Amino acid sequence: MTEKMTMVKALNTGLRASMDQDPKVIVMGEDVGRLGGVFRVTEGLQKDFGEGRVMDTPLAESAILGTAIGMTFRGFRPVVEIQFDGFVYPAYDQIVSQVSRLHFRSGGKIPMPIVIRIPFGGGIGAVEHHSDSPEAQFALTAGLKVVSCADPHDAHWMIQQAIESDDPVVFMEPKRRYWESGQVDTGSTSLPLFASRVVRPGTDATLIAYGPMVKTCLESAAAAAEEGIDLEVIDLRTLSPLDLGPVIESVRRTGHAVVVHEAQRTLGLGAEVASRITEECFYSLEAPVQRVTGYDLPYPPSRVEEEFLPGLDRILDAVDRARAY
Amino acid sequence: MTDPSDPTVADIPLVQLLTPAGVRTTSPEYAYDGSLPDIQDLFRDLVMTRRLDTEAFALQRHGELGLWPPALGQEAAQVGSARALRPQDFAFPTYRDHGVVLCRGEDPVHLLGIFRGSSLGGWDPSEHNVALPNIIIGAQTLHATGYAMALTLEGLVGTGDPERDAASIAYLGDGATSQGDFNEALDWAAVHQAPVVFFCQNNQYAISVPLERQTRVPISQRADGFGLPGVRVDGNDVLACHAVTTAALQRARDGQGPTLIEAVTYRMGPHTTSDDPTRYREAAEADVWRAKDAIERVRLHLVSEGVPAEWFAEVQAEADALGVHLREACQNIPEPDLAELFDHVHVDTTEETEQQRAEYVAWRDSLEGSVA
Repeated sequence: MTEKMTMVKALNTGLRASMDQDPKVIVMGEDVGRLGGVFRVTEGLQKDFGEGRVMDTPLAESAILGTAIGMTFRGFRPVVEIQFDGFVYPAYDQIVSQVSRLHFRSGGKIPMPIVIRIPFGGGIGAVEHHSDSPEAQFALTAGLKVVSCADPHDAHWMIQQAIESDDPVVFMEPKRRYWESGQVDTGSTSLPLFASRVVRPGTDATLIAYGPMVKTCLESAAAAAEEGIDLEVIDLRTLSPLDLGPVIESVRRTGHAVVVHEAQRTLGLGAEVASRITEECFYSLEAPVQRVTGYDLPYPPSRVEEEFLPGLDRILDAVDRARAY
Repeated sequence: MTDPSDPTVADIPLVQLLTPAGVRTTSPEYAYDGSLPDIQDLFRDLVMTRRLDTEAFALQRHGELGLWPPALGQEAAQVGSARALRPQDFAFPTYRDHGVVLCRGEDPVHLLGIFRGSSLGGWDPSEHNVALPNIIIGAQTLHATGYAMALTLEGLVGTGDPERDAASIAYLGDGATSQGDFNEALDWAAVHQAPVVFFCQNNQYAISVPLERQTRVPISQRADGFGLPGVRVDGNDVLACHAVTTAALQRARDGQGPTLIEAVTYRMGPHTTSDDPTRYREAAEADVWRAKDAIERVRLHLVSEGVPAEWFAEVQAEADALGVHLREACQNIPEPDLAELFDHVHVDTTEETEQQRAEYVAWRDSLEGSVA
């Protein structure tokens, strides 16, 4: 059954489906209960599932993760909400030192089926600490898995797949896409959770993005098409583990690759993707892999964020640079 | 009863049920109601814990362990509290709580494996309801709180069925009380009335930093600001530690919420085998605490109760056997296999992990081939 809905609604119905299916799924976070979350992703869940399964927590991110760990010891599957990207750092220790390692430390005896939902990225004119893109910090942490949805259909299914996973999943939600609508097929998933996909086929160059930048890349491809340039766009979807099969297949065809993300450049996901493309596609590449990213600055004041964030012009400029070799 | 050696806590009562001279005393609120054989069992646990600790310390000095954090002096706090747990309760220890791990029934050789560099713990926490020892200071106080919240969600609190009602206990040191996680844990536990006991072994030093550099108020008083009771107990008195923890756990299991226990004790040795306590404390200080020894006072009491010398000899023989076992077992701990470790990064392993394992194995095999 296909239905048009916003990403917020898609996540909400996905969460609801998981909670209906498994009584061990619980939702925890700041303001997720009566308010339904500051973005309303958890709206109505407390009313329907009770305060035991949808918990408004004290304002303490480390404790949100730390108590979720304790709950997994009794078979619960906590879905925790970090209210904004920049608020995850107080919980960093519990995520990196505890969540990511306990399965490993126990020699595989205990799973950590925790989903860490993080609304991330900029473009909404927010104040400081409300626009960060910390995904690489989790993608480089062994033991975690990291995914990002780019449209409502994926949001609906990926959240359910993340909850089903026995591994901890950092679930990055592109907050600037929360209110955009799309068709959601609630009857069938399209892809496994840890798989990338070609969202627009093309022949001249490959754009590689995830989360909020997928739409920006599709818009760039549409603009390029008007000039007769045919761009392929790939949505990574999974940042750890990376699924680079479709990327490598694509770059071998197009000979040009441009990686796009909002996060700062140095040691961002683009560095890893570019390196792997070089390893796998060296003889097919007609130009060095280009990166279009945020600059290596702390996220700037919002009145200049449009210049900080990759947009159509910077992406198309990178395509031109690659094609000029 | 007050402890004049510690001016910051002079006005806070210290629960004590057995004096350093081995004389049973009473407390208005707490009583140890075990029998003489029960106290003999506690004595045996104390001796075994100390033997494990001193044996491991010696193994480190012989180069068999890379490091060891000694628990010498803290046996009563660990044994008294751990023996107050029921099988269905769950303990979250630190890296120094060897007595807790031992009393829960977990094989102490696992502890040697951790400090030998052979494993990161490796046991199944649900087998004996004891988590892997946590090295990050205070992090486990939140795990215990979350575990307790889960018990509440499962309806395993306040049913009145002693076989069913359960609680968790978080172990921590005085240094952990400075951590944000500890303060968050106290707050959450109180807000949720979680069935958790926070058992702080105030051993006076966070490596080299003394208590007065950690807190301006006695640790037990910290509970007041969060809305849970705080109790201060003689941490070298196994009967008092047992009684106080038993009461706190029962309170938790009954659904009356968390308790913070401050067991006032002393780390007789270094922080770890890498540490040099002579740089930050006087030898005379340790002498004061040596006179309050956790084991000697129980021995004196048992002797006064007519326990014969043969029984003590039996316990000693048992401890010697443990020592022999640990020495042998330590050298027989299997070397970790790096290739196998790739199995446990995730439950559902990834292609990337498999590729890196294959890369490592191919490299290792190529080296073996070149030697042959």
